[in-house]
Amino acid sequence: MAGYTYTVFILMIPLVIFLITGLMGMKWKPIVSGVIGTAGMGISFVLSLLAAASYFFGGTHGAEGFQTIIPFEITWLRLTESLIIKMGILLDPISVMMLVVVTTVSFMVHLYSLGYMKGEGGFARFYAFLALFTFSMLGLVIATNIFQMYIFWELVGVSSYLLIGFYYQKPSAVAASKKAFIVTRFADLGFLIGILILSFVTGTFDFGKLTSPDGAIFAGAASLSFMGISALTWAMTLIFIGGAGKSAMFPLHIWLPDAMEGPTPVSALIHAATMVVAGIFLVARMFPVIHFQAPASQEIIAFVGGFTSLFAAVIAITQYDIKRVLAFSTLSQLGYMMLALGVSGYGGEEGLGFMASMFHLFTHAMFKALLFLGAGSIIHAVHSNYMYDMGGLRKYLPITHITFLIACLTIAGIPPFSGFFSKDEILVAALNHNKLLFAVEYLVAGLTAFYMFRLYFNVFWGKDRHYHHTPHESPLTMTIPLVFLAVASIFAGFIPFHHLVTSDKMGFDTEMHLAVAIPSVLIGLLGIALAWILYKKESAIPEKLALRWGILYTATYNKFYFDEIYLFVARNIIFKYISRPVAWFDRHIVDGFMVGIAVVTEKISFQIKGMQSGQLQHYAFIFVAGTLALALSMVYFLN
Amino acid sequence: MDLGQFILMRHELLLTLVAVVVLIAEIATSEKNKARLIPFSIGLFALVTFIGFIPGETGTIFGGSFQSSQLTIFMKNILNMAVLIIFLQAEGWLRKPENSDKISEYFILTISTLIGMNFMISAGDFLIFYIGLETATIPIAGLAAFDKLKSRSSEAGIKLILSSALSSGILLFGLSLLYGATGSIYFADIAPKITANAMIALGFIFFVSGMGFKISLVPYHFWTADVYEGAPINVTSYLSVVSKGAAVFIFTIVLFTVFRNIVEMWKPLIYTLAVFTMTLANLFALRQDNIKRFLAFSSIAQAGFILLGVIGAGELGMTSVVYFVLVYVFTNLGAFGVVAAIHNASDVETISGYNGLYQTNPKLSLLMTLSLFSLAGIPPVAGFFGKFFLFTAAAGSGYYILVLIAVLNATVSLYYYLKVVRAMFIEKNEQPIAAFRSTNAMRLALIMCVAGIFIIGFAGGIFEYIRSISQLFLN
Repeated sequence: MAGYTYTVFILMIPLVIFLITGLMGMKWKPIVSGVIGTAGMGISFVLSLLAAASYFFGGTHGAEGFQTIIPFEITWLRLTESLIIKMGILLDPISVMMLVVVTTVSFMVHLYSLGYMKGEGGFARFYAFLALFTFSMLGLVIATNIFQMYIFWELVGVSSYLLIGFYYQKPSAVAASKKAFIVTRFADLGFLIGILILSFVTGTFDFGKLTSPDGAIFAGAASLSFMGISALTWAMTLIFIGGAGKSAMFPLHIWLPDAMEGPTPVSALIHAATMVVAGIFLVARMFPVIHFQAPASQEIIAFVGGFTSLFAAVIAITQYDIKRVLAFSTLSQLGYMMLALGVSGYGGEEGLGFMASMFHLFTHAMFKALLFLGAGSIIHAVHSNYMYDMGGLRKYLPITHITFLIACLTIAGIPPFSGFFSKDEILVAALNHNKLLFAVEYLVAGLTAFYMFRLYFNVFWGKDRHYHHTPHESPLTMTIPLVFLAVASIFAGFIPFHHLVTSDKMGFDTEMHLAVAIPSVLIGLLGIALAWILYKKESAIPEKLALRWGILYTATYNKFYFDEIYLFVARNIIFKYISRPVAWFDRHIVDGFMVGIAVVTEKISFQIKGMQSGQLQHYAFIFVAGTLALALSMVYFLN
Repeated sequence: MDLGQFILMRHELLLTLVAVVVLIAEIATSEKNKARLIPFSIGLFALVTFIGFIPGETGTIFGGSFQSSQLTIFMKNILNMAVLIIFLQAEGWLRKPENSDKISEYFILTISTLIGMNFMISAGDFLIFYIGLETATIPIAGLAAFDKLKSRSSEAGIKLILSSALSSGILLFGLSLLYGATGSIYFADIAPKITANAMIALGFIFFVSGMGFKISLVPYHFWTADVYEGAPINVTSYLSVVSKGAAVFIFTIVLFTVFRNIVEMWKPLIYTLAVFTMTLANLFALRQDNIKRFLAFSSIAQAGFILLGVIGAGELGMTSVVYFVLVYVFTNLGAFGVVAAIHNASDVETISGYNGLYQTNPKLSLLMTLSLFSLAGIPPVAGFFGKFFLFTAAAGSGYYILVLIAVLNATVSLYYYLKVVRAMFIEKNEQPIAAFRSTNAMRLALIMCVAGIFIIGFAGGIFEYIRSISQLFLN
């Protein structure tokens, strides 16, 4: 047990970096903060890998499966005799996995930002915030109890607020950071109340006691209910709302696309691999409670996840801002993970969904970070976020191009890339549980392949645009992370997750489900083919051929006008009647509703302003009237 | 009677001594040396604050009229500490030429109200309680009208004294009803005789109204915004922190001891007041541009949150209330300190006037942000723990809906606290408030606030200490 004490450093290094660069950074040359931050994160990264290696392959696997290790814990305060708040580090398969995910992506982003943020004002401040964010996120994943998790959860919110609003001269960035903060705070209130209910029902905050599958601690809780629904279902649903806010599940997703205003490396860190998976992690952490004690909540989780994945994929088709496409794609993939948790059982093969969700979380972190960083490299080269300003970039950005292609193939679920394996497990888990959700996920798989390759062809193929200067490949600090993440995206699929990260920590055997896998690959290929037909045609070679061969070519080139028909169907039917309305609904109804709440609050606030008239007699009147009203109601109450 | 027993009243006696000494010193100093009174008075007060922390005996004297326990001593120490910070913050302001002829007045009036509050906290019967209340109230009206040449300040004084008169009248009516129903004014005698009948209920409501006025609960809060705005900033901070804190203490003590028999009756009442107070105050706060009015409504909203602890009746409730007030003292004084510093340097009192403050005064902006985050209850600063324990207390009594309303309100409040942050950091301003250097006393006060905001949040021992003395007090 003592062998893991060094894990404290994984957490402490970012904190120290934050303090140093935050306090001293302004006095140094900007690059110094960047180098210190990157080097520190490198150490954290190596330590996490060591911890993972010794945890997963170092004999902690006993008869009971992987042991839960708490190398460090202090009692922080006693709320009541039994309710004690602690701070510590908890190592179990999912937290160790998350350590690796967070430090890997964070390290890559630190390295990448050396190039990407070069010359930006506030370079040192940027690195300080990055370190603070990483610290908070690490604290969240290693929490030994739900209260500690909540504290770090909020810290994650605060530090992401700082990062999204980094370009504070840009009003849209400021608005976005505020929106992200307030929407997630709004969700967090659910989390907080959930914690309160849970702790009073069970008398503990500790994950060790809460997530023990025997559920002994809930023995007295079954009878408690409120409005006909058991207290535990309330607690779990409320906690899930907190998770849904951070993981941007419908209808709390509205902050994520706007949050793309932040610097691109921040999007890679926060909106691909870390903060947005906090909600997934929370549900995974509480999984035994949700599964055994609050099955109704689990059902909600499955459907919210499924709906979000479809909804976001449909919107992604219509976006032109490449970061927004990626943002909606993230929503969709998070929906997948949530769905997998929602359909999972507990123990052995039953727990396939749980394993698949964690597996996909891992692979998604790698390939989505890669996509965001690749997008950053593209934006760096052409100084625009919009697809219609891009085209033919494969010639100029060879490394970005290849790595981006790998990421697109991965997310589209094409073997042997890692996304194929994790997505396949999710589909199988969905099939075992609910046919409808399974069908939805097939559809989403096709849509995903389509919108990703729409992006890919638009950016890397097609005609050159009028660039201000010839786009050039990014510096090494930016391409090394791309290559590293590309390699991770390729090989992560071969990690035997079913032996390492499972619901009951025991490990089980599973095989390829060809009946599910083959159609899903075909659907993915179909999506890619469609995108190819629709978006790849704007290239120079066909034009030259077309001139030479006249009408004959024109007919061939136009594939006998098939693509016009496709286009007609796609643009006039799918886009017009499905995607656009969904996007409109999202922008105006869902978003509008949230804005509406704010507007109404302001209105009420304006209306009642008249009460504060400045007239003393008026105040005295309300004073006496209020007292009498209370007295009357009290007398009424007594009788 | 053994004179040694007077040690139980050491806080009150020492404060009285300070007031008298300052008065004599005032007479003894010549006109041109009046400014020397400032460090002298603050120093003396600091000494008394320090002495207050020396552990001493507890018990009751005067046949139960005056009681002292670990908890009441702790409460008095919190108040002393708050007043010390306020004095430090007021130093620069008192040195201004227009205040040179009334330096001692400021100290004497403030200390007099503090004496009244201390007596209220230690009261063992309603007579001492009422005398303490009036001793605490009347000098505050004088303080509110301190800038007597400014009409807003005079208006604040008049509004305060008239509203207090009304509330005192109602409170006294309530106390006489209670006396009529129980035949005693002693807390210890009254408590067992309290039953849920109409006369006692009426007396109780009137008592709540009187205290609700001091704590500025809705609908007794109307005076707050006008008085806070009109009074000098260092008086406003006193009203919002010390006066309110003391009233919360005494309200909680009386509710938990004298009225413990009718807990089930007053819980719905507190529930209603809490909901109205939090919600209405937040709605008002949204639209304020004057920073003092803004903080006034924010402090009303905070009072609504405190009621969550009150409704959690019992040990956890008491602990969470005292802890919250302790946090609130440092947090709110941090915010008020910044406002005072800016006011002294530039006369700016509006939120829009703070636009671009970060560019010129980054440290003050950061401190203000910290205080506002703490007021909004964002972890890991102390304000979060304060609110969390209040919510825990209410949830512990099963008031989940109330907690939900409170958390919703906390989220709304975040919006307006962020508005100020936004003004300081983001809004553009051609001519932001020029960079200035605060006085050393102000710096010391602000450092104390920052230390408080961090230490109280992280030192688990403080909460446990309060819990142990609350336990002692209630059993």
